[in-house]
Amino acid sequence: MTLSSLASLRVAITVFPGSNCDRDMMVAVEQLTNRRPALVWHKQASLDPVDLVIVPGGFSFGDYLRCGALAGRSPIMNAVMDHAARGGAVLGVCNGFQVLTETGMLPGVLIRNAGLRFSCRMVRLETGETMSSPFTQGLTAGQSLDIPVAHNEGNYFADEDTLDRLQDNGQIAFRYVASDAEGPANPNGAARDIAGILSNNGRVMGMMPHPERAISPLHGSSDGATLLSKSLEALMS
Amino acid sequence: MTQNDHLMTFDDAAAMGLSRDEWELILKRLERTPNQCELGIFSAMWSEHCSYKSSKKWLKTLPVDGPQVIEGPGENAGAVDIGDGLAAIFKIESHNHPSFIEPYQGAATGVGGILRDVFTMGARPVALLNALRFGEANHEKTRHLLGGVVAGIGGYGNCIGIPTVGGEVNFDKSYNGNILVNAMAVGLANSDRIFRSAATGPGNPVIYVGAKTGRDGIHGATMASAEFSDETESKRPTVQVGDPFTGKLLMEACLELMASDSVLSIQDMGAAGLTSSSVEMASKGGLGMEIDLDLVPAREDGMTAYELMLSESQERMLMVLKPDATDTARAIFDKWDLDFMPIGQVTETGRLVLFKDGGIACDIPLAPLVDDAPEYDRPQNLVPQRPRLASDKAKSDKPITDLLQSMLGHVDLASRRWVYEQYDSHVMADTIAGPGGDAALVRVHGSQRGLAITTDCTPRYVEADPETGGKQAVAEAYRNICAIGARPLAITNNLNFGNPEKPDIMAQLAQSVVGMGKAAKHLDTPVVSGNVSLYNETDGTAIRPCPVVGMVGVIEDVTMAVGSRFVAANEEIFILGQDDSQNDGWLGASLYAAHQGITAIYAPPPIDLDAEEQTGKLLVQMIASGTVTAAHDISDGGLAVAIAEMSLHSAFGAHITLPTSGHLHGWAFGEDQARYVVTTAVGPSLTQAAQKAGIAISKIGTVTSKTELQFGDNDTISVEELKNLSEACLPALMAG
Repeated sequence: MTLSSLASLRVAITVFPGSNCDRDMMVAVEQLTNRRPALVWHKQASLDPVDLVIVPGGFSFGDYLRCGALAGRSPIMNAVMDHAARGGAVLGVCNGFQVLTETGMLPGVLIRNAGLRFSCRMVRLETGETMSSPFTQGLTAGQSLDIPVAHNEGNYFADEDTLDRLQDNGQIAFRYVASDAEGPANPNGAARDIAGILSNNGRVMGMMPHPERAISPLHGSSDGATLLSKSLEALMS
Repeated sequence: MTQNDHLMTFDDAAAMGLSRDEWELILKRLERTPNQCELGIFSAMWSEHCSYKSSKKWLKTLPVDGPQVIEGPGENAGAVDIGDGLAAIFKIESHNHPSFIEPYQGAATGVGGILRDVFTMGARPVALLNALRFGEANHEKTRHLLGGVVAGIGGYGNCIGIPTVGGEVNFDKSYNGNILVNAMAVGLANSDRIFRSAATGPGNPVIYVGAKTGRDGIHGATMASAEFSDETESKRPTVQVGDPFTGKLLMEACLELMASDSVLSIQDMGAAGLTSSSVEMASKGGLGMEIDLDLVPAREDGMTAYELMLSESQERMLMVLKPDATDTARAIFDKWDLDFMPIGQVTETGRLVLFKDGGIACDIPLAPLVDDAPEYDRPQNLVPQRPRLASDKAKSDKPITDLLQSMLGHVDLASRRWVYEQYDSHVMADTIAGPGGDAALVRVHGSQRGLAITTDCTPRYVEADPETGGKQAVAEAYRNICAIGARPLAITNNLNFGNPEKPDIMAQLAQSVVGMGKAAKHLDTPVVSGNVSLYNETDGTAIRPCPVVGMVGVIEDVTMAVGSRFVAANEEIFILGQDDSQNDGWLGASLYAAHQGITAIYAPPPIDLDAEEQTGKLLVQMIASGTVTAAHDISDGGLAVAIAEMSLHSAFGAHITLPTSGHLHGWAFGEDQARYVVTTAVGPSLTQAAQKAGIAISKIGTVTSKTELQFGDNDTISVEELKNLSEACLPALMAG
């Protein structure tokens, strides 16, 4: 697949008051597809047909009440849920992951980091053996990716039954694994080292690390570009 | 006649921090007795914080001009030309007093305030830094204050989505009762789209935007102009509360509005809130202003004119719009769910007139508030000449690696990872080099160009010799910018001192500004913005003087920048700025001396500005040509510490050759200035270039694939061991 052929891919990025990674994601996707994604304001109640919706990172509505809680109930998220219900692909990153769990599109919750501090650093992810999903099909199980995290509430939590089910169904997309970087492999205490999960049809993914911040060697890693471009290619086919 | 149900007395004025002379001058200028609101406005505008009355005489001596300068001191922030039609807009500001009382909110609002200063000018902020000083590590308050301040800085910066890319954190007992929290913000704007604060056009609408006004932070600027005492805790209500979410909305709304060609002038409501913003806008425009205080969006009922004018509620702006632009502007602020309220108009009267409850709450001439603001030439004591410390006096026969273990494992030099991992340093996805190096490097979005940014000050040196210390702060910042390969452009300064009414303190302030000015002039890095924080004393004891320099530089191609870590085995290690004959070093006022228990004050290392300039320029050339592959300036802890730091975060070690005579510890830990450790794969090219430029150079060793630091034949330590000591220090302290 060549870069230019991705230009027909339609990507929308939701924007809430307090989103702050919307531009970074737009830049990353545009760099990979040669097409600028649409930025969609939270008050909009419908979505034009798209191939992928990305719910970006940030502090939507200031993280007041609970991370992602208010954004999860905004008009645009009803449209995103309709899109997903039709089998549309959705990627939530960081605060976007929190929003997706708030809407119930993904199981579990993201609670405060075990260290009780914000954590911004490079982490290493290992790709899981997953069900068929556009977000992982271009990667190989066990493939490691260096992608940074930056969050205060990234500690993935669900009851044991849910965690077992995620594992058995191949819904654990990424786990934190050890690397040369300073500090513990798991930056937030997430259950079973979970960094990203898939919905039960594999079409929705939430992840705490920020692939849009690892798209050039100047960022210290291009593995985010690998993840995003493989996902976009899978959505084209 | 104004509402004068409570005419003020000198006792009221004194309670607001005014002197007898200042009170008399107000009576003379008004030709009557002020009411509470009017007196509050005078006291805020004449406070040290707003009027710079003790420092102005000295600030005027700083160099502020240069071809790169677009906007010097006097606006919300300074602006310099970085090429491509772009300007870097930046400023540093202190929030020392509030942060000591309430560390989270004090630090958070410090960040919020400095960001507003930058986006008020029309710039999108792209980087935050902070210079922090705390008390001794084992002081009972240090953990609480460090934890709170770091969380507060992160809490604001992370949420608003501006990366915190660098800064400094240091510890010293003189800050036990008065910490320093200085926040710096850097933004980018088109050079021809910079907004200023002078009001224009009588009759034009004055608009209040942002958050509502509450009773928080009332008279904060006056609090920041007084010493601390045991009763300081009772001032908690005068600490402002930050709301980074509203800050983010306000930033986006203002930048969107500024792109629409509606704004004539704009000013952030920072210290002294509505008072300083209205007074400064009107007086800079040579005009007057009328405001109906009943229209000011208030968070609480029953706020008086005095409270509305002196509140320091955060996330608010005042602007003057083009007369026909109100509807456009209102629509933008509605979209962002922010208050937008026309509260008055520009007038020709030269007076500030405030209405409240159907009457006149204040009617005062603007000129005295600004032009008659006091300016003092406060007396100074002669700064004592300090003796030079002979290296032999600092006796220790420990091996270099033993000392490295204790120094790198000490809070003075240990890894700051515990701090900076709490800051989002990569949001905006343009951070090329974040915290932990010499200078941060942030790419100009959508280009190859980069901004290099650093903050520096060595209070030990300033205390020992204020003029040299002032020069050194500039010189070290200059070196940090050069060390990544960027060209230094300009500085912002934050002058933190004790009570200037004491002649010893005034000498520190004045003489360090003199030194700073000499260095800034010589190195062609003019001062374009700054802030002064005085009365940093608790129960009569002053802090170690800390005139912080924030410097910005530019590099044309970020891919050509270098870092401070070793990059390849077998590369040669050189000292740039020192020749082979040097076998001792300057230990006076050094970290080594402090760690040897030397408490007497000795002369700090002298500054040779010619050497700084020429060595820095050569290094920048050598980095641009690819000759130098890594560089680190030699500062706290001297040569040995610099080499260790270059190794700690690399996959390499080093073998260093020791001098055969002289004073080994002086050589290893001396803090002589204008020096860098550099690595290269082409040693002869580097030495040739240095000789041609007349710069001293000395080969001292080789980068090794074995991850050990070896000094001479017998003194070796594993890099891993040093790294563990360095990384363990702050987490252990904070885990308590």
